[in-house]
Amino acid sequence: MCLSIPSKVVKIDKENEIATVDTMGVQRDASLSLMSEENINIGDYVLLHIGFVMNKIDETEALESLALYKEIIEAMNEEDRRLAILEAEKVNGEAREAALGHECSNQGD
Amino acid sequence: MAKPERLPWGMSVQTKETKMELELKNLYDDFRDADTIKAYAKIIKKDAKKLENPINIMEVCGGHTHTIMKYGLPQLLPSNIKFIHGPGCPVCIMPKERIDHAYVLSMLQDVILVTLGDMIKVPGSNGSLQDARSKGADVRFVYSPLECLKIAKENPTKKIIFFAIGFETTTPMTAALLDAVIKQNIKNIFFHINHVTVPEVMRELIDSRDIHVDSYNNKIDAFLGPSHVSVISGSKIYEEFPRDYKRPVVVSGFEPVDVMQAISMIVKQFIEGRCSLEVEYKRLVTYDGNVKAQELVNKYFEKTDLFKWRGLGNIPKSGLKLKPEFKEYDAEIIYKDVLPLGEIEDHKLCICGDILRGMASPPECTIFGTACKPTSPIGSCMVSSEGACAAYYKYGNLV
Repeated sequence: MCLSIPSKVVKIDKENEIATVDTMGVQRDASLSLMSEENINIGDYVLLHIGFVMNKIDETEALESLALYKEIIEAMNEEDRRLAILEAEKVNGEAREAALGHECSNQGD
Repeated sequence: MAKPERLPWGMSVQTKETKMELELKNLYDDFRDADTIKAYAKIIKKDAKKLENPINIMEVCGGHTHTIMKYGLPQLLPSNIKFIHGPGCPVCIMPKERIDHAYVLSMLQDVILVTLGDMIKVPGSNGSLQDARSKGADVRFVYSPLECLKIAKENPTKKIIFFAIGFETTTPMTAALLDAVIKQNIKNIFFHINHVTVPEVMRELIDSRDIHVDSYNNKIDAFLGPSHVSVISGSKIYEEFPRDYKRPVVVSGFEPVDVMQAISMIVKQFIEGRCSLEVEYKRLVTYDGNVKAQELVNKYFEKTDLFKWRGLGNIPKSGLKLKPEFKEYDAEIIYKDVLPLGEIEDHKLCICGDILRGMASPPECTIFGTACKPTSPIGSCMVSSEGACAAYYKYGNLV
């Protein structure tokens, strides 16, 4: 019910308070009557709900979120690599110990 | 974004741009990205080990319920974090009494009843609006309330009644329609108002109106705040919940990455011993919200004393109605002689009330998936795809 779609403003008809917006290739008209006039420009990303523009999408905030996601993916990948190395070292260590233990027991003979 | 210049032998040259430019598809794809969801799942898993007690997070809004079930998010979370599916689906919580109003109005000879598509299937005691239409009623399901203007012009001898539904997200659009009706001096559009508000029901779910706070024995530890309600109302409407009820609130977007990030923010509040109001959905939600939309709503609407919610009962001040000075547009006043008055009980076997309070989950209901299905819903949570039971039924997430 409250779902709304991000769209891009391609045309503004100030007199009738109507914006033409593009939603992934589909163009349609939306009312600007809930927006302050000076607030919306061509090229802006907006949120569309039942025929109305309900707000402008803050591009800086959106880009900051996307940059954060990039960072956390890298951080998690890094952690996976670190864990994989630790795991490998543990396996190697065990193998070495086993080998050493074998040598020791050999020496003990 | 400018395309990289292509050289004839197939080499590409870097453009001067260093800063990423936002494209429309980023707003869709990047907030549904599987790697980001997985990365957050790892972070949450790691952090959740430090939780002293399990936490139950209520996603208030049905849009979130839908995202959570569609993307299988419960399976990505550790066992000490659970979702409670909230009452934020305006179609689901519409009581039969109100549907019956719509049904009766639509049956009047000179009336065209107009409402949003979500209302088509919702059953009242005589049937749904779809049933009314099959019996000859003129019921129109529209994408936008503004379509009423066109219908009114094309049918000057008919009375157009707009059956208005929805939370704070959708109320300004009804107000804008009324504003246009008054400005254009249109005489044949009327309103049946069923708008409801979020903070009142959140309060109701925690506080039982008597002296024993938590006497419903609810298990809600934190709230995932609605996305588009908050775009209109601003995050300020949730301030009381961390402050007075000690429930953290994180306002989240509707995409799965948004939800995972918001869950991670909630978990961090618990392990750091904080309890505050935070916004994850910063690209659209501000503290104050859309002030122009709020002014339009306040111009035409006032609170009702009580609104009955299907599954939850009467909740004080949780609904809106037209202000008395606009009574000439109020279908509930104009048609009060034909509208049925009696109260209708919820179905005895239905446990939607308990589900909405987080005391039971859909599969625990004896009629879930048997007598109560999306095609023949008995309880509120099965009515729309945003209801908890319908989402469980559709996506089979029987966790």
